[in-house]
Amino acid sequence: MAVKLPIYMDHNATTPVDPRVFDAMKPYFCEKFGNAASRNHQFGWEAEDAVKRAREQVAALIKADPKEIVWTSGATESNNLAIKGAAQMYKDKGRHIITATHEHKAVLDPCKRLQREGYEVTWLEPDKYGEITAEQVAQAIRPDTILVTLMWANNELGSINEVPKIGKVCHEKDVIFHTDATQWVGKMPVNVEEDHIDLLSASAHKLYGPKGVGMLYVRRRRPRVRLSPILDGGGHERGMRSGTLNVPGIVGMGMACEICDKEMIEEASRLTKLRDRLIDGILSRIDIAVLNGHRTRRLPHTANISFPFVEGESLMMAMKEVAVSSGSACTSASLEPSYVLKALGLGDELAHSSIRFGLGRFNTQEEVDYVIEKVVKSVNHLLAMSPLYEMHLEGIDISKVQWAAH
Amino acid sequence: MAYSEKVIDHYERPRNVGSLPKDAPNVGTGVVGAPECGDVMKLQIQVNDETGVIEDAKFKTFGCGSAIASSSLATEWMKGRTVEEALSIKNTDIVQELALPPVKIHCSVLAEDAIKSAIADYQKKRAQRTGVAEPAGAGQAR
Repeated sequence: MAVKLPIYMDHNATTPVDPRVFDAMKPYFCEKFGNAASRNHQFGWEAEDAVKRAREQVAALIKADPKEIVWTSGATESNNLAIKGAAQMYKDKGRHIITATHEHKAVLDPCKRLQREGYEVTWLEPDKYGEITAEQVAQAIRPDTILVTLMWANNELGSINEVPKIGKVCHEKDVIFHTDATQWVGKMPVNVEEDHIDLLSASAHKLYGPKGVGMLYVRRRRPRVRLSPILDGGGHERGMRSGTLNVPGIVGMGMACEICDKEMIEEASRLTKLRDRLIDGILSRIDIAVLNGHRTRRLPHTANISFPFVEGESLMMAMKEVAVSSGSACTSASLEPSYVLKALGLGDELAHSSIRFGLGRFNTQEEVDYVIEKVVKSVNHLLAMSPLYEMHLEGIDISKVQWAAH
Repeated sequence: MAYSEKVIDHYERPRNVGSLPKDAPNVGTGVVGAPECGDVMKLQIQVNDETGVIEDAKFKTFGCGSAIASSSLATEWMKGRTVEEALSIKNTDIVQELALPPVKIHCSVLAEDAIKSAIADYQKKRAQRTGVAEPAGAGQAR
């Protein structure tokens, strides 16, 4: 079977809306357009019911109480609300926050802002696989620690932090645990009770829902977590997030979560096979290729591979009919390689040449095989013209060469 | 980012990829850039000692599509020119020919540096051999 081009393999960036999700959303634009906060007529009730149902669908996916779901515009807002909201609310208890250097910018930047405002932040460093352990967290917690914020799975690497154990450590020491689970929710099971989570961020568009809607899980019991709001206004979402609810988006997120709840176990097992086929196919045919992160402890749909001596942007150009993401930020004005890969201790030359493959619900084995062929062909084309590879073959250690400053 | 057709052409069908024997007396080698900056260019020329004409030029480049295209174009332009003529190739000529956007101008600068560096290497070797500092081809060009 011929594959249809271009192939989309960048599902960590965003996912297409599942047609079943889109169907569920459609009535909420032109017919059922009411404001969920309009308590005194049918249009409002209709919208309120739809939001209530979606809240139940999302809560069911993470084994939470529907009352613990706060709608937001996406994971960036959820992370901001969790981190700044908790920091503000508990500032009299302490001003110490723990996070990690390879977090998403939507966690790093709120933490940096708090640091400028007088909070103390401990930046944990991941090991060579991109993982943070519960032991690291236990050692970093102090009497004045109020919040630990660590992602469940890393967006670039697919690596997984020791989440249930980290949550347990936090609970034993009476510290709030927030996890940015954007890449995890809908792909792998979540149980906020068993996983000891107090605050959890998720986004609809990473799990086959629409863009512009997300949620923050806020624990109500044992312990009850309180947040200072970022947006003030009509007092929606128990006062934590004012603003008229995005009803069609919320309906979409609800349906997307319901589908994930039913299908994710099977989907994860299918994607794990495709991911391994992709990794094995590439690593067995390009001997210099290096997998970033652990071989098996990773998201089912994510592989991040470095191609030493080959530059990332030119590799993307060679495989332009395959939509993947490069570890190189070379396309922007900055020439900085990925800070996530650098956090693993990778040299710049490896960080410059890495590609993230993000598999998804609609990818097929034929597509994976096409991508393997394309990667092998493109990497070989570029290796043949790489002066660094030539030096490597001559036995020269690239890292020891004195490069002319430029 | 959209690349110009010429960049894509050079990238997909690079001219003169390869290496010349770097220890040969009439071969000049220039290696510029650094891996951590994302660009390394190696440019080599083989010069006819009698005429000062660049008879062959080869490159290998680690870098983005624009860097590869800039070095490919540089080798194409150098072949058949005298060393002195080749020295007059400016990065702005490369920018114009390949329609490089502002963020990619550094690729053309690197290519100009590579040209100069390869020529300097050749001239240094020649001076060591003959004990004369005068560059090859200088007589013909005047």
